[in-house]
Amino acid sequence: MTEKYNMPDERGHFGPYGGMFVAETLIPPIQELNAAYQQYLNDPEFIAELDADLKYYVGRPSPLYHAERWSRELGGAQIYLKREDLNHTGAHKINNTIGQALLAKRMGKTRIIAETGAGQHGVATATVAARLGLECVVYMGAVDVARQSLNVYRMKLLGAKVVAVESGSKTLKDALNEALRDWVTNVDNTFYIIGTVAGPHPYPAMVRDFQAIIGREAKQQCQDQTGRLPDALVACVGGGSNAIGLFYPFIDDSSVKMIGVEAAGDGIETGRHSAPLCAGRPGVLHGNRTYLMEDDDGEIVETHSISAGLDYPGVGPEHAWLKDTGRAEYVNITDTEALEGFHALTRMEGIIPALESSHAMAYTMKLAPTMKKDEIIIVCLSGRGDKDMQTMAQREGIEL
Amino acid sequence: MSRLAATFEELSKTGRKALIPFVTAGDPRPDFTLPLMHAMVEAGADVIELGVPFSDPMADGPVIQRASERALDHKMSLRRTLAIAAEFRKTNQQTPVVLMGYVNPIEAMGYEDFANAAQRAEIDGVLTVDLPPEEADECVALLKARGIDPIFLLAPNSTDERIKKMDAAGSGYLYYVSLKGVTGAGHLNTADVETKLNQIRASTHLPVAIGFGVKDAQTAKTVANLGDGVVIGSALISKIEANQDDPERAKREIVELLGAMRQAIDS
Repeated sequence: MTEKYNMPDERGHFGPYGGMFVAETLIPPIQELNAAYQQYLNDPEFIAELDADLKYYVGRPSPLYHAERWSRELGGAQIYLKREDLNHTGAHKINNTIGQALLAKRMGKTRIIAETGAGQHGVATATVAARLGLECVVYMGAVDVARQSLNVYRMKLLGAKVVAVESGSKTLKDALNEALRDWVTNVDNTFYIIGTVAGPHPYPAMVRDFQAIIGREAKQQCQDQTGRLPDALVACVGGGSNAIGLFYPFIDDSSVKMIGVEAAGDGIETGRHSAPLCAGRPGVLHGNRTYLMEDDDGEIVETHSISAGLDYPGVGPEHAWLKDTGRAEYVNITDTEALEGFHALTRMEGIIPALESSHAMAYTMKLAPTMKKDEIIIVCLSGRGDKDMQTMAQREGIEL
Repeated sequence: MSRLAATFEELSKTGRKALIPFVTAGDPRPDFTLPLMHAMVEAGADVIELGVPFSDPMADGPVIQRASERALDHKMSLRRTLAIAAEFRKTNQQTPVVLMGYVNPIEAMGYEDFANAAQRAEIDGVLTVDLPPEEADECVALLKARGIDPIFLLAPNSTDERIKKMDAAGSGYLYYVSLKGVTGAGHLNTADVETKLNQIRASTHLPVAIGFGVKDAQTAKTVANLGDGVVIGSALISKIEANQDDPERAKREIVELLGAMRQAIDS
């Protein structure tokens, strides 16, 4: 790549992907948001406030940790973990909610809404809403409410109202539908904090820019600790915000391979998975054009993953673009493999990863042994596994 | 002249307003829709909006969401909706049929294949909720080349600039979404609609149909008189939902409600 990467275009397109596919009532608020975002993106006072919050409230920079024992055990590349699990609220999600909440405050919005799958984005949103004294409503599929009850309780403690969505498949996509319906109804006072790099423009670019701190830090830390750039980046991809956050600052460094790991659920061949990039096709959902899991008639199909955070039939449009251009590679990991990744990291390094992040760990276990010992992989450890204790125990037949 | 343009011209000559029922194709069963369309014309419908069911109807309230789910349970699809419309056209050459839905089923079929199929089915207009003019160039060109009217939405918060944009991109009529919210919502304010319609009229000569949240004959009359027509959706679909085991009764109740609305609007 000789030209500097500069996506999306001003209408929010990443090649054929992205865009602004929304009902008319949402056009004015999206334009208002875009204007505010463009203004504050370069506003020194806004940046200073954001940086201070990330440092003193979130706890950044997060460490880049050399997993020496695990690297030795796998016998190949040196594995470095970007420790987003150590952020306040336990995942990378807060990097974005802090940014969007500061925008909401400057735009004079008094009410925050969000959708959530695993509950990490809901918790991160409820957290910043509590801190800024904003009303907060979180939409969550009824199925997810049941399997992530701990996070539901956390959100309630933080003062958020959690609405269990009973329509459609009762998971993340339906929570997004319901949040969009709320937004269209309460458009004057409400700010919609989308948790991933999807939705209509400017969300995919804006969320990426807030998450890009992951990659900026990792790049600097890798230089400081090893004196060079990594050879490969690995991150899990549901909507894809932690992955794009890690990848984005490296896009112009063509020697760095970028690998996104989708959830293969019971296996791609079973159809019970959440891997649109690996096994879907382009379409339009939730405001943007991207790869989707759909049937021949264009109806969105139900997805499956052990990890609620990856259980989504779409993916950020920038990932669709990076796939088509070949700049990033997308692979998939089954539920069973993810659990192996979960246990491996827990036992080898004393770090319990989220089930979402475990997909990246599982792929790293395949990749590292194929690489040389002086090569470097940075893996995004996007969240910690505390929230998944119930799911794990249930899966292994243990009563807590 | 398109069938939609002719219909609105004829209405305007006689000083009448268009009554436009919306029903979801295939709700509660695929074989219910065609006889219902004919019955609605009998009851006084001037244009029929035929909803294409979609798995993720983001702009719809619970009533139309459930209609979509019932239709999809019977494997209703864009192709089958087009087949129903084509069948309707065999015995009714006058009443315009507008497809209303979301863009993804059209993307899945392919814009050009869809435009050709819509032309074969003699569809008169296409209203795609999540395809604003910014993203619609390709689709609009294909439709217009085949004499099909692309119909766009206007909202309470649409600026003059956007109204002009819709006027340029759209034809047939413009659909004014009468409230900030989803279909079937309960907070329609007719005074607000009147103010907004004055603003819209200043920027377009296209007919304006008004919908979202119109439930009874009196409101239908008030709203219809503010524009050129009124769209009734959730109020009709509620009748289907309440009589799923007795579609004939659902049809009777829909015909009654539309008849009462027709009478109120014309009086």
